[in-house]
Amino acid sequence: MDHPDRIALSRRGFLGMAAGGMALAGTGAPARAQKVTSSARIVILGAGAAGTAIASRLVQRLDGATITIVDARKRHLYQPGFTLIAAGLKPAAYSVSSTAEWLPRGVEWVDEAAAEIDPEANRIVTTGGKSIGYDFLILATGLKLDWDAVEGFDMNLVGTNGIGAVYAGPEQAEATWGALNRFTDEGGKAVLFRPATEMKCAGAPLKYAFLTDDYARRKGSRGRVEVHYHAHGGALFSVPIVNEKVRMLFDDRGIRVQYNHVMKAIDPGKRILTFATPDGDIETDYDFTNVIPPMIAPDVIRNSPLPWQEGAWGAQGWAEVDKATMRHVRYRNVFAIGDIAGVPKGKTAASVKWQVPVVEDHLLADIEGRLSPAAFNGYTSCPMITRVGRAMLIEFDYKDNLVPSFPGVIAPLEELWISWLMKEVALKATYNAMLRGKA
Amino acid sequence: MKELTLETLIAVFEEMYGPWLFWAMVVVAALITVAFLYVLIRDRTIEGRYLARAELTAPIGAIAAILFVQYITSSGFSDIGGPIDVIVVLMIGVAGAGGLTFLVYVAQAFMRQPGKNRN
Repeated sequence: MDHPDRIALSRRGFLGMAAGGMALAGTGAPARAQKVTSSARIVILGAGAAGTAIASRLVQRLDGATITIVDARKRHLYQPGFTLIAAGLKPAAYSVSSTAEWLPRGVEWVDEAAAEIDPEANRIVTTGGKSIGYDFLILATGLKLDWDAVEGFDMNLVGTNGIGAVYAGPEQAEATWGALNRFTDEGGKAVLFRPATEMKCAGAPLKYAFLTDDYARRKGSRGRVEVHYHAHGGALFSVPIVNEKVRMLFDDRGIRVQYNHVMKAIDPGKRILTFATPDGDIETDYDFTNVIPPMIAPDVIRNSPLPWQEGAWGAQGWAEVDKATMRHVRYRNVFAIGDIAGVPKGKTAASVKWQVPVVEDHLLADIEGRLSPAAFNGYTSCPMITRVGRAMLIEFDYKDNLVPSFPGVIAPLEELWISWLMKEVALKATYNAMLRGKA
Repeated sequence: MKELTLETLIAVFEEMYGPWLFWAMVVVAALITVAFLYVLIRDRTIEGRYLARAELTAPIGAIAAILFVQYITSSGFSDIGGPIDVIVVLMIGVAGAGGLTFLVYVAQAFMRQPGKNRN
């Protein structure tokens, strides 16, 4: 006889549950689109996040096409990791992999930089003198950090004399952590800022102000630490509702804000920063700073007919593409993805993830002789770290609307642990899946 | 996130743990589940004595899972910022508790000496 504390359960019942579970696990996978046969020659300039992701997608969708990717860089950098490296949470190697390991089979990699683009003749020339013709050109060059525009700056000083440069690369981000770590031990005055140009991840300078405050608090040195943030314009963030939230948080954390201050020079010996303001240049002393230079298009784009023809975007050299289709407005067989695109938002890897399917569909539509309805809405995502362990998952579009991925579940303007978990654990994995054309 | 399909999720998990470790974990989880089903079918009931002992280890599994996630993400209980964070902590705890309970139950069932009287 059965023991009374045994719970009866039928064999059939369990098998039924197992079958149900398996059926559930099998749903959700979308049907793969059929491959399109084409002899098109597609040239992609740049093998960063945007170039690699679109290459992976096109290889999956096209049969017979020649896909060439042009980039001299042997290292692939996971740039969203730089803030974590500069916060002492990850080593420099966290962001470093090789270009080769992400490039899909079926793509030819020319490991030289592009030197010249002739969109009239549908041809590019590399630094090695190689001439490559194309039917479609995809610009994914990324942008250029214009260090020369920062008077007095010397890259060799990063990590010493209280100088940081998180954007410069993983090694410099690590060196910046060394400088921040010392600064928050010793105390003093941190002066942080952002450039007046378009920039990638406009949230990163703000994150670093939050992290400076957080480390000082954790170490008990906050009383000896001043944190100043100099905004380039009249706001901290371009999206008004986010700007207000950050303004409130800065106020709460005691981060002092100056508006309309554009950094132009640094004197590492005297520890003086010079800012251009509407009232003329002003100088301020510092014990710690994170130098972020103006950001412009790479020379090869600026020296081509592809940038905007006037205004600030013309001067900075961003490719003149339609903000919805990412297609060049004057050269119909040229597209831009990622930082190089002259569109109002979207210099983040998260935006790349949304731009890639749009460009992919328009390019395939051209080959197939149909019209594509695909449009990019300006989606940009910024996991705004407000301290180690918490972040705000901020997502917005061209209209400055918040477009949360998990509405009603993850509040975009709240400092949450779950948003931090996503940044720490899921983001790099999602990024890598995107590089493989799977996300 | 634009589209969250099962395929995307699997791709993300593969990147998170590396394909080998991820699928090894899936296989181990599947094996424990199959082993649980096996002993269930073999015994035709849930053995209350095993279950009671297994359940005693549940809090250990829950706390271990939560501390592990906090450790790998450089965070702690003080970072809980809203209701969703409490829910996530509870879910991680339930997963850890459930996992260890299953494992301990199955281990006991397998260690039972064949032919020995089960009361």
